[in-house]
Amino acid sequence: MTQRPMQTKSFAGMSGRAVIAALAAVAAAAALPLVLTNYQVGLATEILIFGLLAMSIDILAGFAGRTSLGHGAIFGVASYVVIYAGAQAGLPPAAGLALGVVAATLLAAIFGWLAVRTSGVYFLLLTLALGMIVWGICLRWTEVTGGENGLRGDVRPAFLVTHSAFYWAVLAAAVAASFAMWRFVRSPFGLTLRGIRDSESRMRSLGYNVSLHLFIGFTVSGFFAGIAGALYAMFNDFVSPSTVALAQSVEGVLMMIAGGVGTLFGGFVGAAVIIALENVVSAHTERWQMVLGATFILIMIFAPEGIIGKLRAMLARHTSR
Amino acid sequence: MDRRQFLKTSTVAFTAGGLGLAPWRRAAAQASPIKIGLLAPLTGVVASGGKEMVEGVQFWLDQAKNEIAGRKVELVIEDDASNPDTALQKARRLVEQGNCDMLIGNLLANTGLAVANYVKGTGTPYFIPIIAADDLTQRQRIRNVIRVAGYSASEFTHPLGDWALKQGYRKIATVSQDYTFGHEQCGGLAQVFSEGGGEIVQQFWHPLNTADFSPYLGQLADLKVDAIFAMETGADSTRFIQQYAGFGLKGKIPLLMAMNGTDQSVIRTLGEDCEGIISPAHFAEGSDNPVTRQFVRDYEAKYGKIPSLYGFSMYSGIMWVAAALDKIGGRLDDRNVFIDTVLKTELTGSPLGKTVTLDAYGNPIYDVYIRKVVKRGDGKYWNVPITSYPNVSQFWTYDPATYMKQPPYSRSFQGIKKA
Amino acid sequence: MNTFQLFNGLTFAALLFVVASGFTLIFGLLRIVNLAHGALYLFGGYIGFTVATRTGSFVLGGIGAMAAMAAIGFVLDQGLLRFVRGHELRQVLLTLGFALMLNDLALVIWGGDSFTVPIPPMLRGGTRLFGVFYPTYRLFVLISGLVVFAALWLLLNRTRLGALIRAGVDDAEMVEASGVNIRRVFLVTFLIGSALAGLGGLMGGAFLTLYPSADAEILVFSLAVVIIGGRGSLVGVGVGSVLVGLLNTIGQVMFPELAYFVIFGPMAVLLAFRPLGLFGRAA
Repeated sequence: MTQRPMQTKSFAGMSGRAVIAALAAVAAAAALPLVLTNYQVGLATEILIFGLLAMSIDILAGFAGRTSLGHGAIFGVASYVVIYAGAQAGLPPAAGLALGVVAATLLAAIFGWLAVRTSGVYFLLLTLALGMIVWGICLRWTEVTGGENGLRGDVRPAFLVTHSAFYWAVLAAAVAASFAMWRFVRSPFGLTLRGIRDSESRMRSLGYNVSLHLFIGFTVSGFFAGIAGALYAMFNDFVSPSTVALAQSVEGVLMMIAGGVGTLFGGFVGAAVIIALENVVSAHTERWQMVLGATFILIMIFAPEGIIGKLRAMLARHTSR
Repeated sequence: MDRRQFLKTSTVAFTAGGLGLAPWRRAAAQASPIKIGLLAPLTGVVASGGKEMVEGVQFWLDQAKNEIAGRKVELVIEDDASNPDTALQKARRLVEQGNCDMLIGNLLANTGLAVANYVKGTGTPYFIPIIAADDLTQRQRIRNVIRVAGYSASEFTHPLGDWALKQGYRKIATVSQDYTFGHEQCGGLAQVFSEGGGEIVQQFWHPLNTADFSPYLGQLADLKVDAIFAMETGADSTRFIQQYAGFGLKGKIPLLMAMNGTDQSVIRTLGEDCEGIISPAHFAEGSDNPVTRQFVRDYEAKYGKIPSLYGFSMYSGIMWVAAALDKIGGRLDDRNVFIDTVLKTELTGSPLGKTVTLDAYGNPIYDVYIRKVVKRGDGKYWNVPITSYPNVSQFWTYDPATYMKQPPYSRSFQGIKKA
Repeated sequence: MNTFQLFNGLTFAALLFVVASGFTLIFGLLRIVNLAHGALYLFGGYIGFTVATRTGSFVLGGIGAMAAMAAIGFVLDQGLLRFVRGHELRQVLLTLGFALMLNDLALVIWGGDSFTVPIPPMLRGGTRLFGVFYPTYRLFVLISGLVVFAALWLLLNRTRLGALIRAGVDDAEMVEASGVNIRRVFLVTFLIGSALAGLGGLMGGAFLTLYPSADAEILVFSLAVVIIGGRGSLVGVGVGSVLVGLLNTIGQVMFPELAYFVIFGPMAVLLAFRPLGLFGRAA
């Protein structure tokens, strides 16, 4: 009978093996620009950015049991603020980044405050509606957001102009942010969220302020989505209403699910799969939307726990033999 | 037709053609292919226009046996999904992964602006026969972005304003899609019309994809105006024209529209509702110019429909680029030489049946027709010229430097001269 | 608001009602947020358009649209949704994937041009009513909305099926426990809901035209109607449709800047503070 040994030695909450695995993954990721073309490095950067977005959605979906269709808007608002700060207001990149993240966090707080009373499908619809309001504002408030032309800018600092340099910067940010998210969901606060996910009534009867926990969880989730959005602004040097549109939220949710709800790091896997798939498919046919739709359906039916979820299930079956 | 299939058929066509070529020609043709990246909205709101853009390019390439200046052409088509984020992503792919020598296409102004911003950094030649955002060839001009065979939004509505005055119209109201293209078209009309003594009574702006125009039509019907100018594209135009007739305004108040509104891609599926609408454009498919007639006949024979603005513009666009490349022997190693040549090339052999030149800012000068929608012998509707304004540039009769001192047209600035 | 704007708002409300009533039947009884409902509207409209132009009959177009959408609804429910029964979120996302596929399929079959369903000759032109000249067809849509309301009311309140549906909306388990084949009731409801979407597509296709993004637009309006009116309530959908229809018209005329906010603002507020909507019942 196999039994996992008691964890006596751990580094920042991870077992020795996990630390090595994590370091190996980061090292491999850092080596990518040495073997990939510029275009592919760009794709890898996008995978990191959208992986962060998917992870931020997972904080709520996987650990608090509430799936949001409004995170695209939070992500996009950060992008808008960063580009506006850099291109229209002339602020230095660091200030723009900070403002972007702050804006996203504030928006998430508003969304969260309105959404805490709901759960399940109603939560989904409410976040959808809120996201649409943000989209409507970005589309119509032409003086500030450029309307449907969007905003263009050169917001990358000079030393991050090359594909590889920017990629490494994003990688560093992604490692830091994922670590922070990971610590967050494993903290006592995160455990409370999981308790709420499993049984809200029980947590309430135990005296937990469920609404407050959800509100804070939403805001924290928005903070990380904002980081992703701010990085995206620097990646693209462009933002338009499509960045805050419902389709963005939907793609984020799909990436999270493809990787595995509640796995957190599955966000990167899901992002990699979807982005790679889109690149391959678009080169051969115009019917990417049909393929995307089919992917949705197939994942929902055959692999709702996502790739990492499936891997874990297979591993569990192996170790229990 | 997707890229793979296109490559296959073009290779077959090339081989078949190659068997009949003289040996020296064959050697030259075996040089590396010219890679052209074509961006068009194949899905999304303006999907029908996008498809015709691709047809226009393919039509020309078919006629040219897929060769320019003795080199084979490799056309890579990407869908921009009517969306600027996707357009930017695809442009990146075409330039960085596909190593395209040049980009051409895009339909919606916001997609064009996004790509233009990108090529500003890479220096890739970008040709925009359809994108009409005024400033790309005015105040915000980017050297490697050239509007071959295209037009700037206000270029055709300037003369329309003059024509309206000549008809004796004194009061006009405008209704338009609320984005740059609409602002610029209305601005062109408003400025010339008001400077000539006319009055713009009221202007209505509505979001793109307005399904129901009844709120605006109701108000328009109540205004005492001599004519209404509507700037609509795509599905909005179809609905507007139908509802205009449905609410009894057709025949009561003369309707002037932007050329996009009466374009074939819109009026093909309409019936008598579109009859009599006036619009200004460089291209009139019902023109009796023999070159135009031939082009329309050939296009109709191949695709089973009368060519629209999108097909025509892309056809002329690639024709123009090919003409420039012919002059420099198909060499693309020096971008500056290529761009300079394009700017200096005059387009002869265009379906317009006239020579077209670019002004000093990279925007073409045209004879502008004022056209009317009439029924053809076989029951289809098309645009026939009723008068024309020769040699109209994007600056109309204004001095370019003075014109560019005024701000670009927008919702708040329509060039209206206060009486 | 003058008579003209009032008619505009009510006409649009009537169309919304036809579409949203189908949505709320499925949402109310099966607890499925069918995000493919908009795609059913569009696809049904296209099929209705093809049938109507080929046969020259608007009525046949309507029948064709409804039958075809019931068939597609059957495929969606029996062929796909059955694998994710009981998982709310998975159902929602599955229907979203289905919507993407249907939309792309429609683009392949009919292309990106806008199509208008031909209005039957006797409904063309305008009528003088209360001092305004109003298109007859739109008045027809208004009346049709009322007819559909009456038909659905009779179905729900005067037939056994309707009684089962209403009971199921309140408590599906109880109905099942009392020996009724609730699965069959669910299926029939799904088919009715899908058919209504198709009918809406045909009707809307005549005055709002059919084009590639019409599905997302009508879906978003339907969501607003059902949220505001309340899950599973016919009266709720009726009231919700009128509110959204009028708000949309007022918004377009008076506050064009806030076009979306006028609809989504109330929707968000209701979801936050009264998720059951105006007439909804707790599950």
